[in-house]
Amino acid sequence: MSIDWNFIVTSLPLYEKAAWLTLKLAFAGILLSLVIGLLCSIILYFKVKVIDIVVQAYIELSRNTPLLVQIFFLYFGLPKLGLKMSEGTCAIIGLAFLGGSYMAEAFRSGLEAVGKSQIESGISIGLSRIQLVRYVIIPQAFSVSMPSLSANCIFLLKETSILGAISIIDVTNLTKDLIGMYYRTFESLAMLVVVYLIMILPLSFILSWLERKVRYAEFGN
Amino acid sequence: MQNLGIDVIFQGKNFQRLFEGLLVTAEIAFISIIIGSILGIIIGLSRTTKSKAILFINRIYLEAFRIIPTLVWLFIFYFGVTTALNINLSGEIVSIIVFSLWGAAEMGDIVRGALQSLPKHQIESGKALGLNYFQLYWYVLIPQAIRRMIPGTINLATRMIKTTSLVVLIGVIDVVKIGQQIIETSRFEFPTASFGVYGFIFFLYFIICYPLSQISKNLENKWNK
Repeated sequence: MSIDWNFIVTSLPLYEKAAWLTLKLAFAGILLSLVIGLLCSIILYFKVKVIDIVVQAYIELSRNTPLLVQIFFLYFGLPKLGLKMSEGTCAIIGLAFLGGSYMAEAFRSGLEAVGKSQIESGISIGLSRIQLVRYVIIPQAFSVSMPSLSANCIFLLKETSILGAISIIDVTNLTKDLIGMYYRTFESLAMLVVVYLIMILPLSFILSWLERKVRYAEFGN
Repeated sequence: MQNLGIDVIFQGKNFQRLFEGLLVTAEIAFISIIIGSILGIIIGLSRTTKSKAILFINRIYLEAFRIIPTLVWLFIFYFGVTTALNINLSGEIVSIIVFSLWGAAEMGDIVRGALQSLPKHQIESGKALGLNYFQLYWYVLIPQAIRRMIPGTINLATRMIKTTSLVVLIGVIDVVKIGQQIIETSRFEFPTASFGVYGFIFFLYFIICYPLSQISKNLENKWNK
């Protein structure tokens, strides 16, 4: 099998464009899901009446169904109720719907890990509510949730691979198109894998660096 | 309130067809979980050795499946491997291969985690009693490790069931594909079918995965205490 370098060079700009689109969608999805997750976990932590049942139902629904089906429902199902959205919006909402519950679980496990004695000691040395949250709860909760938060970020970036199903030209969909058009299977797939490595490896390094920063209490630096 | 297109599911043989599609999905998931678990146990056991080469190969294998999305693996096998070896594989076979390999990688990690979480004195006491390696694993370590593996394994199974929805993208006629066919054929009689059908498939996945994830959560809570 000979490698067609010419094909690789000519399709490089296409991959670059698709990779930026993938990253943009993933970034928006991750950001939104962090916000949703934080809100949900706070609602669950403080046991806000009625709303916490809704949040719990949302978490179970989103965690126990595949993203592909969620996105099909958003993109093909909802317009029948008069709610029409563009592919990009659907993709971001789908990622946020899925990611929100994973992030909520990650935040919640962190919040629950803060010992009762920590909060009581905080109160007894006269910290105000805001100080308690700022200096006692958040640093400890965050350091516990960080590993799952970063795993979720990578998970969401990988999940963008299925967005081609609603005709978004992300890197995976582009590869499928190129294979169909030019039949340069080997080159296209190799480029796809390389593009994913280029996107995910740095993210994974940044996240583990961040993890060491946040968890200084455990690592001691 | 206009028609939500839910009644299309009960038209003619539609319900039965969706159910048959679900069986295809379930079959792929089930076979892959079985093969993946068997391979995964072997991989997990091999990861408790001290041989650097075996550990390195295992690490690469696991990371490859963790970094590259499952859909890409499906494409690699469906388009790449078939072209390279000049063979023809159906979508189902490709899905089973990919899901088994992925399951084996993740399962290997679960088995390794369970074995390494056992207290060291278990191994030492076993050795002190004069058990050989086979006896040590078979009578002491594996029975204790299995208990710690079960929640993670059920969790992996729900992840695999959810991920089997991707097989529609490599042309397997699964529940999603049949849903699409129903939407297409009833386009004129039931213009809102896509809401009802996709909503129904969403619900189907939920009623399969929800009990499993509850079981795994309960076991984890029970055994962690």
